[in-house]
Amino acid sequence: MARITFHAFLCLQLIDYYYLSMSESAAIITQGLKKEFGDKVAVADLTLKVDKGEVFGFLGPNGAGKTTAVKMLLGLIYPTSGKGEVLGSPLGDHRARNRVGFMPEHFRFHDWLTAVEFLNLHGNLYHMPGERLDERIPELLELVGLQAHAEKKLRAFSKGMLQRIGLAQALLNDPELVFLDEPTSGLDPVGRRLVRDIIRELSNGGTTVFLNSHLLSEVEITCDRVAFIRQGEVLTTSSLKSLVEGELTVEVRARNLNQDIVSGLERWSQNVRADGDHLSLTLSGEAVIPEINQYLVENGVDVYAIRPKQLSLEDLFIQVVGTEGGL
Amino acid sequence: MTTLVIARLTFREAGRRKILLAALVLGLIYLAIYGVGFYYVDQETTRSQFGPGLLELNQIRNFLFMAGLYVVNFLTAMMAVLTSVDTLSGEIASGTIQTLVSKPVQRWEIVFGKWLGFAGMLTLYLLLMAGGTVGLVYIISGYLAPNVLRGLGLLWVNAVLLLGVSLAGGAILSTLANGVLVFGLFGIAFIGGWIEQIGSFIQNQTAVNVGIISSLIIPSEALWKRAAFEMQSPLVAALGFSPFTAASMPSLLMVLYGMVYALLALLLAIGLFNRRDL
Repeated sequence: MARITFHAFLCLQLIDYYYLSMSESAAIITQGLKKEFGDKVAVADLTLKVDKGEVFGFLGPNGAGKTTAVKMLLGLIYPTSGKGEVLGSPLGDHRARNRVGFMPEHFRFHDWLTAVEFLNLHGNLYHMPGERLDERIPELLELVGLQAHAEKKLRAFSKGMLQRIGLAQALLNDPELVFLDEPTSGLDPVGRRLVRDIIRELSNGGTTVFLNSHLLSEVEITCDRVAFIRQGEVLTTSSLKSLVEGELTVEVRARNLNQDIVSGLERWSQNVRADGDHLSLTLSGEAVIPEINQYLVENGVDVYAIRPKQLSLEDLFIQVVGTEGGL
Repeated sequence: MTTLVIARLTFREAGRRKILLAALVLGLIYLAIYGVGFYYVDQETTRSQFGPGLLELNQIRNFLFMAGLYVVNFLTAMMAVLTSVDTLSGEIASGTIQTLVSKPVQRWEIVFGKWLGFAGMLTLYLLLMAGGTVGLVYIISGYLAPNVLRGLGLLWVNAVLLLGVSLAGGAILSTLANGVLVFGLFGIAFIGGWIEQIGSFIQNQTAVNVGIISSLIIPSEALWKRAAFEMQSPLVAALGFSPFTAASMPSLLMVLYGMVYALLALLLAIGLFNRRDL
C-alpha cells in the first residue's frame, strides 16, 4: 500500500516537473482549476495553456464560467482546487500583476474621478513614476480617442467611453499580458473596430491577449487560438488558422439558374442548397471558387455575387458547445 | 506606498462626495450654537445673585463641557461608521474593487489604506469638534477640564475602534447588513453602559456585570466613560452621578482592551478581505 502511494507520489512529481517545464513559453498555464460557490460549480476543471504573444479567445455561452476563470487568473477569486501560473508566478502572486493589464467586464470605476485622475490613480497602483505617467496618459487617451474628455468626470461618460477608459487603464503599464473581459460589449461599431485595432497592435508588439468574449465575429477577426468552454470546462482548443483553411461555405447570388446547373455544382460540393436566386455550397477550400464562377458563367448564369463564408466560428461554437448553453 | 495612494483616494472621495464639506459646515454650526449657549449660561451663573464660588462655577462649566463632548463623541462615532460602512461592501458590490485588487498590490494595503484615510479624517474631525469645544470653553470662561488630552485620546480610540468594526463588517457583509451590525453593536454598548451606570448608582452588582459584559462585546461606551472620568472635575466625581459622566469607572484594563479591540478589528478586516472572493 505504502509502495503504491509512493509511486503515485513519484508520478505526481513527474507531472509537476512536466507542467513547470512547459511554463517557460507560456503566459498562462493552469491545471485542473476548479471553483465552487456553495453547491454551484462555476468552473469545473480548467486546464489550459496560453503561449506568450498569442491572442487567445476564451469562448463560451453566458454563465459558462469565463469571468470566474479570468478572476482566478488575476487573484480576485481563490480557486477551490487546482493550480496555475501567470507569467511564471503562481496564481495570486501580486508581483506578477505588475506586468498584467485587466479590463473588467462591467467597467465600474470610481466615477467621481476625471479621466486623467483615474489613469493617474491606476498608474500609481502600478507603481509608475509621475514623469512616466505624464507621458503615458496623454498617449493612451489619444489611443482610445478620449483626449477631448481628459478633464471630464467619469460620471459623465457614456458606456462606450467608460469601456475605452477601462481599456486605457489596462494598458497603462505596457503589460506583457492583457485580460479583456467582453471588451466591446458596450461599444458602437467604431469603438469595436478601435478595440480590434488595439488588440492587433498589442499582438504585433508581442503582448499576450486573453480575450473573453461571446461576440464570435470579434474573436474570429482578432484571435490566433480559441478555447471553447462550457460549464467551466474547456471542451476544445483550436487554432483559428486551421479553421480558416478548412471547409468553407460560399454563397452565390445569380440569375438564370436551373436544376441541371445546380446539380452540376455537385462535382465541387457535397452540399449544395438552392433557394431561388441564392445558392449555398460547402467547399473544401477557396481554390475552387474561380472554377465555379467559370462554370456558372459558361452555362449562361448571370453571377451577381460569390461570397465565401468561412465556416464561421459561430457554426463551430454551436457544434462544440451545443445549443443548450446560454441559459 | 500603495496604502498612501488608497488613503489619499479615500480622502479625495470624501471630499468629492461633499462628506467633508457637510461635516465641516455642520461641525461649525454645532460649535457656534454650543459657544453661544455656553456663553450665556456662563454669564448668567457668574453674575447670579447667589454668587457661587469659583469651585461651584467650575462644576457647572465642567458639566456643560462634558455635555458638549458627549455630543462630540456621539457625532464622531457616527462619522466613523457612516463614512466607512459602505467603503468595502460598496466597492465589492459595484465592482470598482476589481481594478484595484488586480493591480500589483496586496489586499491588506487596500484595507489599511482605507483605514488610514478614514482615521485621518476622523482625527481632523475630532480635532475640530473636540478641540473647538475645549477652545470655546477656555476662551469664554478660562476653564480647562483636567486631563483633556488623555480624554480626547480615548475618544479617538473609540472612533477608530468603530471604524475597524465597520471595515471588518464591510469585508463580508452587504452595506445594509453591515450598518445593522455596527449600529446594533453601538446600541448594545450604549444600553449596557447605562445599565452599568445605574447599577453602579444603586449598587446592584448584577446590573454592573451586564454593563461589563456589554463592554466586552464592544468597549466603545466604556472608552467614553473612561474619557469622561478622566476629564470630570473631582466634585462631580464625588457626587457620583450625572448623565454625561461616569459613575462606575472602567478600569485601565478595559481601556487597554479597547485599544487591542480597535487593533484587532483592523486586523480582522484585513483578514476577512484577504480571504474573500471578489
